[in-house]
Amino acid sequence: MKTAELNIESVRKDFPILRQLMNGRPLVYLDNGATAQKPLQVLKAIEKFYKEQNANIHRGVHLLSQEATVAYEKARETVQKHINAAHPHEIIFTSGTTESVNLVAHTFAKKFLEKGDEILITEMEHHSNILPWQVACEEKGAVLKVAPVNDKGELIISEYEKLLTPKTKIVAIAHVSNTLGTINPVQEMIQAAHEKGIPVLIDGAQAIPHMKVDVRWLDADFYCFSGHKVFGPTGIGVLYGKEEWLNKLPNYKVGGGTIRTVTFKETEYGGLPIRFEAGTPNIDGVIGMAAALDYINGISMDAIHAYEHELLVYATERISGIKGVRIIGTAAEKAGVLSFVVEGMHPLDIGMLLDAQGVAVRTGHHCTQPLMERFKINGTVRASLAFYNTKEEIDVFAVALIKALQRL
Amino acid sequence: MDKSIEETEAEIIEEFSMFDDAFDKLGYLIDIGKSNKPLQEDLRTAERLIKGCQANVWLHSELKEGKVYYSADADADYARGLVTMMIRVLSGHTPEEIMKAQLGFIETIGFSSMLSMKRAGGLASMIKQMKLDALAYKARG
Repeated sequence: MKTAELNIESVRKDFPILRQLMNGRPLVYLDNGATAQKPLQVLKAIEKFYKEQNANIHRGVHLLSQEATVAYEKARETVQKHINAAHPHEIIFTSGTTESVNLVAHTFAKKFLEKGDEILITEMEHHSNILPWQVACEEKGAVLKVAPVNDKGELIISEYEKLLTPKTKIVAIAHVSNTLGTINPVQEMIQAAHEKGIPVLIDGAQAIPHMKVDVRWLDADFYCFSGHKVFGPTGIGVLYGKEEWLNKLPNYKVGGGTIRTVTFKETEYGGLPIRFEAGTPNIDGVIGMAAALDYINGISMDAIHAYEHELLVYATERISGIKGVRIIGTAAEKAGVLSFVVEGMHPLDIGMLLDAQGVAVRTGHHCTQPLMERFKINGTVRASLAFYNTKEEIDVFAVALIKALQRL
Repeated sequence: MDKSIEETEAEIIEEFSMFDDAFDKLGYLIDIGKSNKPLQEDLRTAERLIKGCQANVWLHSELKEGKVYYSADADADYARGLVTMMIRVLSGHTPEEIMKAQLGFIETIGFSSMLSMKRAGGLASMIKQMKLDALAYKARG
């Protein structure tokens, strides 16, 4: 794939926020790993919903409710196709990746986890893919095992495989590290776990904006992501689960929309996916997220992936060439993230001085404190890319960084 | 003659008004931080640590002749600048004066990041701790 396939000028016109000035300078938005900007197509879809389709979904007798329901369920199919799930009902709408992981951790532990069992995660997980499992282990007397990473920020696969034991009940791993950008070989990792009969949950929050994800090719049992990181609205996310696994999990939140019949004595719950979608869902969020997926598919995930790869290579060359900069995360396979430290300088100071020049990055531990400990640092400066970023913006970033370091 | 809290605030507002660029303003704040006398190592204790999300600030205070005197340090220049500026405004005043201080100068000189930090971030924790220390001295009478 060539860069030419992505018409950057046309793409940037779809994101009005990118034309803003910040601190008097043109905004260079390099905090896409935290949240991505939304194209007009998403904003228009949400506006259209409220102007023309707004009603509560499911069970409505009136036409407007039926139209809203159709739009909502069509969005589910859009997500299904985007990740190549086998069925629409394998897509559960949640508030985001964090809730998706919590849902699985909580319900899986309730049914399958016993004292002395093990849950395997990795050293590079986001807190959202650590804490739900930690809580599950505490409640059940199970043990949280952690697969280590090497100095480049790559998972040590041989260690991972050693940690897959007869006691391991589930594996939970990031597809792409939010701090290092490392792309984990999740397909092979899933295969290794499956050979021992262990299900795998993938935290795909940082993968889904950058690459084509095929849950059936990966053979993931669960795959989680957030709408807002893939150019959709905040407060909406996805839990994909294989039908057989979702059917095995007990209820999570219960309430309106999840049932077939209710009496004070007992309740008969509905099937997938409604059993996991209690209460009025985030309808406009779902519709906005589907519009975002339609939008990126219209560009092509292959073109996005190729363009971003070129951009990341360029950014890495520019930034690593600056005196004092040490890149954290130098894996062979990376996506979207450039993290670094500068000897003797606090990431916060660098981030603030970049912000004063219109360059938006993130600084700190990025919700991966154990990983910071692994690298013996207190935080990094993280520039995270999206397909609407340009080489010119990387140049602005590099010049701003040099100026910031000189000021410090 | 000792300056009032408001007089020091006005002085700081004037100093910052010399800069109209966010980068220069921030640079000035960082310089203020660099000019701060480091806190003695033995005062950098866990009890004196105000843990922000990203930077650590150590705040020490003492009461002398009815007035509170602060000293502090931080691991980031930006946070050290903020705390040094707060000390300049509040140190040497009575607990009552410190507790009453509105600290409106932050809004006046503020760049956006500083404003959000006053509401919810490390700066809010810093101000809260300085006022809590003052309250404790007042309670002790």
